[in-house]
Formats: sequence, C-alpha cells, structure tokens
Amino acid sequence: MSGPLAAGAPKPECDVAIVGGGIMGLALAYHLALRGVTDVVVLERGYLASGASGRNGGGIRMQWSTETNIRLMRESVELCKRFAQELGVNVWLRQGGYLFLASSDGERARMEQNVALQNRFGVPTRMLLPDEARQIVPDLAPGSFVAACFNPRDGILFPWPFLYGYANQAAARGVEIHTACEVRTIEPGPRGFRLTTSKGALTAQRVVDAAGAWSPAVARLVGVSLPNRPHRHEILATQPLKPFLGPMVSVLRSGLYFSQSMRGEIVTGITVEDGLSERVNMGSRLVFLTTLAREITRVMPRLAQVRVLRQWAGPYDVTPDGNPIVGEAPGVPGFYLACGFVGHGFMMAPVVSKYLGEWLAGGAEPEFLQRWRLARFAEGDLHREDMIIG
Amino acid sequence: MAGKVIVCRCEDVTLDDLAHATSLGYAHIEEVKRYTGLGTGPCQGKECMVACALFLARTTGQPPSEGEPFTSRPPIAPVALGTLARDGGEGALPTGRGRGR
Ligand SMILES: Cc1cc2nc3c(=O)[nH]c(=O)nc-3n(C[C@H](O)[C@H](O)[C@H](O)COP(=O)(O)OP(=O)(O)OC[C@H]3O[C@@H](n4cnc5c(N)ncnc54)[C@H](O)[C@@H]3O)c2cc1C
Repeated sequence: MSGPLAAGAPKPECDVAIVGGGIMGLALAYHLALRGVTDVVVLERGYLASGASGRNGGGIRMQWSTETNIRLMRESVELCKRFAQELGVNVWLRQGGYLFLASSDGERARMEQNVALQNRFGVPTRMLLPDEARQIVPDLAPGSFVAACFNPRDGILFPWPFLYGYANQAAARGVEIHTACEVRTIEPGPRGFRLTTSKGALTAQRVVDAAGAWSPAVARLVGVSLPNRPHRHEILATQPLKPFLGPMVSVLRSGLYFSQSMRGEIVTGITVEDGLSERVNMGSRLVFLTTLAREITRVMPRLAQVRVLRQWAGPYDVTPDGNPIVGEAPGVPGFYLACGFVGHGFMMAPVVSKYLGEWLAGGAEPEFLQRWRLARFAEGDLHREDMIIG
Repeated sequence: MAGKVIVCRCEDVTLDDLAHATSLGYAHIEEVKRYTGLGTGPCQGKECMVACALFLARTTGQPPSEGEPFTSRPPIAPVALGTLARDGGEGALPTGRGRGR
C-alpha cells in the first residue's frame, strides 16, 4: 500500500504550488484536484500535522458575530458531516453543541445581538437562563455565569484524520505532496514563479501562501508585507473519562473553553497574554496550567479531581481585525494568500477551500474575497469579528 | 512475527499499526505518533517511545543513535486540576522549551 506522500524531489514544473501542508493547503489541493486542476504540488517544511492544524482543539461552530462567518460556518459544518464518506476517514465528528457562558449583563447583551443575527441566517442558537444551561451541563457551578447561549448543531472533531483524508484524496487525483520540503526562495518571472526548496527547484504558474502563522515570511519572499503575527496558544488534554459532557463550553470573559473528545479526554484551553511576536513559539508554560485550572474548577468544580495528561502549544495566526487574508496579492499576479485564520482556520478550511478551489479552477469569485482582501488594512475598511476565543 | 504485539499499552497501538504507518510513508516519529496515537495516553510515551524509535530505525535503515524522541509534553506525571488550581504557584515558570521557530 502506498500513502499520499511523494518521494524524491518535486517535479520541475507545475501549475499550482501550495506552500504549507496544513489543513488549508491540503484542503485546497483536494478541491483543485476535484475540479480537474491536478497539476498541483504541496510543499510542507515539516510533516503533515506539524503546524497549527495538528495542534488545535477541533471545535467547529456556527456561532459568530458577522454574517460572512455565520453563513460560511453553517455550510462548513454541513460539509464536515459528509467527510467520513467523502474522504474515507473517520473524523470523529460529534455534534454536542457549543454552550457560551456570559459573566455580565454587557456580555449577555452582546450575546443576544449575536444570537439574533445567527437566527436570521438559519442557525438555531438560543439564549438560556443559567438553570436551563445547567440542564445541559449539570456540573456547572450555580452563580458562575449570568446567561448562556447554545447551538445544538455546533460540535467537535479530531483534527489529525482530517489532514490525512484530504492528503489521501488529493494524492489519489495526482497532487504531489512533499514533506520535509522547505520553500526557501520564490522569484516571479516571465515564465512563472521560480521556487527553490530544500528538495530542489521548480517552476509554478501560480503560488499559494498557505503557511499559516509562518505566512508573513513566505509572502516576504515575493516582497509582500502581511499584517498577521503569530500568537502562542496553549491547550491541554486530561485523562480519558466516560462520556458525560455534551457540548463544548466556553466562558466569554476568560476565553476558557473545554469539551470532551471522542477519546474521552477533556480538551481545554484559555487565553493567556503572551504578546504578538515575529517568531512562532511553541513552548509550554506552568502559568497556562495554573490559570486554566483556577478558571475551569471555578466554572465546573467537579473537574478538580481530573488529572492533566499533557499540555502543548500551537500558533494562532492573528490579524488586526480577527478575519483572514485571502486572495491575490496586490502587485504580484499569480501569488495567492490563504492565511490569517487566527484561531478558527480548521473549521473554516472545508468551506473556504471549496470556494477558493472553484475560483482558482476558473469558476466564480467567492463573496468573501472582497471582505478578506489584503488591501482592507491599508484602506481601513475593517469589520471586526468579536467571537474570537482563546 | 506471530500474534498481536502491542507496542503502546495505553492506546492499544500494535506493531502492525506501526508497520502500516511506515508503509504509507509516515516514518518520522512525530508523524507516527500522530498517525497511530502511540504515546498519547497516560504514560505519554514513557513505555513505548523507545520501542517505536527502534522499530523506525530498523524500518528506515537509519542507525538507532540518530533516532530522536518525540517532544515530551508536560506534566511529567498526571496532575489533578484541583492541585494545579490550589498549589500551582504564581509567575510564568517555564515547564518546557518546545520547538518554536
Ligand atoms: C491550540 C490551538 C487551538 C485551536 N483550536 C481551534 C478550534 O477549536 N477550531 C478551529 O477551527 N481552529 C482552531 N485553531 C486554529 C487552527 O488550528 C488554525 O487556524 C488552522 O490549523 C490553520 O491552518 P493552516 O493550514 O492555515 O496553518 P498550519 O496548519 O499552521 O499550516 C501551515 C504549514 O506551513 C508550513 N510552512 C511554514 N513555512 C514554510 C515554508 N517556508 N515552506 C514550506 N512549508 C512551510 C508549516 O510547517 C505548517 O505545517 C486552534 C489553534 C491552536 C494553536
């Protein structure tokens, strides 16, 4: 049996070279290939799950604060439901809902606004009184929140198989996927882009920067300056427990979130200030464990007995307005950006890559390109997303 | 080899599972960990990692001395959330250096 990874050097010429073998790069390669654009090479510096895509919490939700995100995520969840069949992998999807907790009247008001917007676009989120929320999660401490909202159709999945599923299906259609293959230079020229990598050089008609938190460095290779910066985000998993927790629970004020994976572990993270930096830092800290432990045992005291098995970290790919950067880079025709997905790129990838793949295969221009174009930062035309967690 | 050989007892990963992963081209120890789930249970690889590294050395023909462990994840042993909430101490003590770049 052979896997999706190509051996040897990348082929010398291709139509599309995708830099980054995370969820965005692999999903895009799959959607291009589905539409007949199979002359595609994915170049990944590490291994397939080495970036944020191998390190995230696997949460997928339709509860957002902007129309674009709500509509896209409603569709993305529908796509995820079909993946086990379409990609031939078990993605361990479980739709237990997302339960957001408000700690103040101000947060409750913000929540009510978002819920109304979500309802308008067909997402069945509803506001709950604390007692109603405690019917869904009985172990929540009384008095630890003033209101909640719940969408039963949100859920969680296990990220790793997703990557292998996309990789397998892309490779089966002719896409070359190279790991341990770092892109070092990219030079635009009359006959396409000349790329050099740690496994040899190649020429590509089009290049996609899907390097996540590392995308500014890749864009800089063609002289494009991006405003996104990496932000360390830590997360942990506990010992596995019998299934007892239905939804993903998230406290708006602290950025705490926790869910029970299909493996039974409680997977949980929280916002800990770290400052934006130019460099990706994936070190683990004790201050994360203690901050998280205090908050989670305040909200759900019973978890005090549960033991932490392991903690790790990955990069959020943070943009100034919390929205991604997608589209052709101004001044460099043929160079495309698909980055800046902050802390929600995993759930967005299925739907974003579908529309992006259609467009790059000659189809219609996706609606989100206008909102997510790089030029918005220079023009000051920003629409902030305020449902960013962690 | 006859019968079922379990390499990772926490997550029930067998020698066949490892062979399957390497046959697909997932030959880096971090990749094998993610493809099979080896080393992600209560012992965090303390029992199985060396066996896995030796298997990879044998499969790829690399000298075992060149094998690398996968990144070890804190804490060293499972710790209750209640203990961390109570006795965790203050300040940003590093518990691991990670592999950032
Ligand atoms: C702890 C944590 C929890 C999260 N929780 C969630 C969640 O619950 N739900 C959700 O939807 N999202 C979540 N996210 C965010 C999500 O993981 C990311 O948005 C998403 O994985 C980004 O995918 P990507 O493909 O853009 O980037 P990545 O997965 O980071 O892939 C980029 C790849 O580019 C490669 N690369 C970089 N430079 C080069 C180069 N020069 N040459 C070749 N390759 C290169 C890197 O090695 C990397 O593999 C979380 C993130 C973290 C860190």
